[in-house]
Amino acid sequence: MTELAKKRPEFRNINAFKDLTTYRLPLAGWVSILHRASGVIMFLLLPFIIWMFDTSVSSEISFSKFTSVFSAGAGFVPGWFFKLIVLALTWAFLHHFVSGIRHLWMDVSHAAVSKEFGKSSAIVTLTSSIALTLVLGAKLFGLY
Amino acid sequence: MSVNYGSKRTVVGAHYGLRDWLSQRVTASLMALFTVAVLGQLIFSKGPVGYDAWAGIFSSQWMKVLTFTVFIALAWHVWVGVRDIFMDYIKPVGLRLGLQIFTIVWLLGCTGWGIQVLWRL
Repeated sequence: MTELAKKRPEFRNINAFKDLTTYRLPLAGWVSILHRASGVIMFLLLPFIIWMFDTSVSSEISFSKFTSVFSAGAGFVPGWFFKLIVLALTWAFLHHFVSGIRHLWMDVSHAAVSKEFGKSSAIVTLTSSIALTLVLGAKLFGLY
Repeated sequence: MSVNYGSKRTVVGAHYGLRDWLSQRVTASLMALFTVAVLGQLIFSKGPVGYDAWAGIFSSQWMKVLTFTVFIALAWHVWVGVRDIFMDYIKPVGLRLGLQIFTIVWLLGCTGWGIQVLWRL
């Protein structure tokens, strides 16, 4: 074994709290991991999403029940909490949507697969998904 | 028998993972078009969206068929994505199998519920 090969550091048992927090991700890396995180959020909240679809679309009565959950709350859970969940889902969907299009673009175009495009498109993805979330969030909380 | 590992491994035409990769892209494109179509109808409507306008979007037969297709595409897309995540982070085979079974039950249940809602309209 050469001297160089001996010195190569080995990383085993990476601790999620001690080691992962010291990693400095480039912006494209943030887009990537947030694509995963947003997908998992929507996967876990899928029953809530279908519940919203069910109550909002089934009848006039269920529609008013649907809107009252967000204004008056349900049980001991206040309405603003449901709005916060929907705000999180809105961001998750929009981020997944925009970074998904970024994925498709990079699949289709060789020119798009470069360090420069990776960074600039990551900036566009992060800012546009947050901006769209703010716009729809303002609508959700009744600011306009 | 022909050797299919190491340097002799077939890399062209073997389609390792291609089907999952491609189906994820195709279902994603379908859902993206659906999103634009539905959001487009909401954005160009005036005033607050009431029950009639909202339910009206899904009431026509062609929209039901399209939404049904999108539900199936969604379940398929999520299956590929979540399975990727399990393959990356969950190493014990038993736990991974358990989570995959949970995912299938979860997705089938949600899809069934969604389809029921759709055809009750």
